[in-house]
Amino acid sequence: MAKHPYRTAARIMTAIAITLAVLHHDFWFWNDQTLVMGFMPIGLLYHILFSIASATLWAVTMMVAWPVHIEEWADEFDGSATSQGAKK
Amino acid sequence: MNTLLLLGQASREVSPIPLYVIIGYMGVLLAMGYLSSRSFRGTSADFFTASRSIGPVLLLMSIFGTTMTSFAMIGSTAKSFDLGIGVYGLMASWSGLIHSAIFFLVGIKLWALGKRYGYMTQVQFFRDRYQSNLLGYILFPVLVALVIPYILIGLLGAGAVVRAVTMNMFPEMFASTQGAVPQWLTGLIISLVVLYYIFVGGVRGATWANTFQTLVFMVTGVVAFLLIAKGMGGLTKAGEIVAQHAPENLAREGRITHTQFLTYMFVPLSVGMFPHLFQHWLTAKSAKTFRLTVVAHPIFIMIVWAPCILIGIWAAGLFGQGALVLPAAPPMSGMVATVDNPEVPGERLTVRTKADGTPLQDDQGKLIPAKPSSNAVLGRMVDQLVHSPLLTGVLIAGVLAAIMSSLDSQFVCLGTMFTTDIVIHMSRKDRFTDKQKLLISRSFIVGIVGITYLLSLAEPRHVFDLGVWCFSGFGALFPLVFAAIYWRRVTRAGALACVLMTGAAWTMFFLDDIVLRGHSYFGTVDPGTDEYLVLGVMPAAVIFAVSALTLVGVSLATTPPPKEHVDRFFLPAE
Repeated sequence: MAKHPYRTAARIMTAIAITLAVLHHDFWFWNDQTLVMGFMPIGLLYHILFSIASATLWAVTMMVAWPVHIEEWADEFDGSATSQGAKK
Repeated sequence: MNTLLLLGQASREVSPIPLYVIIGYMGVLLAMGYLSSRSFRGTSADFFTASRSIGPVLLLMSIFGTTMTSFAMIGSTAKSFDLGIGVYGLMASWSGLIHSAIFFLVGIKLWALGKRYGYMTQVQFFRDRYQSNLLGYILFPVLVALVIPYILIGLLGAGAVVRAVTMNMFPEMFASTQGAVPQWLTGLIISLVVLYYIFVGGVRGATWANTFQTLVFMVTGVVAFLLIAKGMGGLTKAGEIVAQHAPENLAREGRITHTQFLTYMFVPLSVGMFPHLFQHWLTAKSAKTFRLTVVAHPIFIMIVWAPCILIGIWAAGLFGQGALVLPAAPPMSGMVATVDNPEVPGERLTVRTKADGTPLQDDQGKLIPAKPSSNAVLGRMVDQLVHSPLLTGVLIAGVLAAIMSSLDSQFVCLGTMFTTDIVIHMSRKDRFTDKQKLLISRSFIVGIVGITYLLSLAEPRHVFDLGVWCFSGFGALFPLVFAAIYWRRVTRAGALACVLMTGAAWTMFFLDDIVLRGHSYFGTVDPGTDEYLVLGVMPAAVIFAVSALTLVGVSLATTPPPKEHVDRFFLPAE
């Protein structure tokens, strides 16, 4: 845990992602035919904003929960190491 | 305005310029293929993984271009024409969240494992992780069988859009398709062009072409949206037409059920198991290369999908008004429009018409009921509302770009898998030279493309539905990859049972829907949505449950794998 402090941030971001997934089911706009600004159906606008929220979530995740050690781990071998199942 | 639209279309001269633009675009792609071949190092490693040298922008563009196909542009427009705005929530917003999560949680880890152990294909990884050659031999045909419908929707989509835009262009040459370039010819040309540029450049050629084509289809998609909106008399006018003639398309009630909406979340899990995406992940220069892809992917999806959904509901409004004429859905030929029911005042009927929307009658003088081909909606909207043949050509080239940017990766991936996972795996070391490996790979690609091309000549199904079936299969296999990198206890037997049960369940439900539709044993077709559901939910959810339960159940019932082997796949602190 102490070795990888990003994990706490990762857990918080996971909780936010799950909350966002729950908010995907917008039953409150299910039968709403309102046109925002005269052309944009409100149910569609909600999901467009959902897409923007998803991008924001991932941008913050990249900043606070990036697995810094994975690259070092990947570089430990140069790829020519024999893999048992990958015969060639 | 809409009466004028119909009259205009009746008297409008058919210009061949859009076709010339499309041909010119194909020429540009061939030239790009030639240029990328000059960077090609001639080795199989460069052909299959571009020597792991791809940076963040190229990775984003190639992964996005690969994920978006005719499903995204033609399929989404067609489905929103049928079902309304809920289609965005079904696929686009779920995908924005779930795709990026998978790139982050699965893609980066697989890239690291690929770099560490030198994998070139998904099957190599699974064979190594699960210590099973047999798994590779079972998984390979399953993956190929699932990629084929993916290629198929590309060919069908390309054929539908080119057919819609070239209608009446060659009345003598192609009389059976109302003078339009037929499906078989478009599919043939698209396949040959993509085959050329991947054969000379491998995955690097596909990545270059993907980047270029992704830019083309994103820009042209937005331009198409603005021009179509202008053609409809502006955004507000377009909104009014839908509100008046297809108001049900503005909401989800009666069009999409709650459980269907919720269980669509299992469909985007497919990106975790796409073999062509796995191959793109391996091309990344470093783990940081993934950052841009993870963040920008939801926004890119929104840029492509939101305009398509709006165009689809606008088309529904115009069609309901009787101002849009569409080709008839197979097996019927000719055109379809809505007209007033002469027997019931105030009711509209969908019937066969002439190209100008004049209803046709049968021998008894009755109107002939028909269904429109939703796949043609985007092409017809561009053709009827963008009054510039040059722009129409550019916009259709953009749609084809979206399709070809998926086909290329799928083609390369199939060749890579066959060569690496079957031919080389079964032979002694150094049995084949690099040149021979490339030849084997290319031969297999030609064989599979040929089979898919022949399948595309059969009566085409709704692009969206076929796409969902393909994604459902890959999504159901997601537990296999997730467990491989996050669950130490998963076993070889669990993995084998998971693939077999998933393949069996997918085949059973697929046949129940596609072959036995109307007499299905296991599922029902929802009358409101025309969607095949099992126990009221998407088949993807049921097959996923079968897959996950089998994997977990059999793994827990069998001996765990050796710790020293499993340690190779987990970071020291995990």
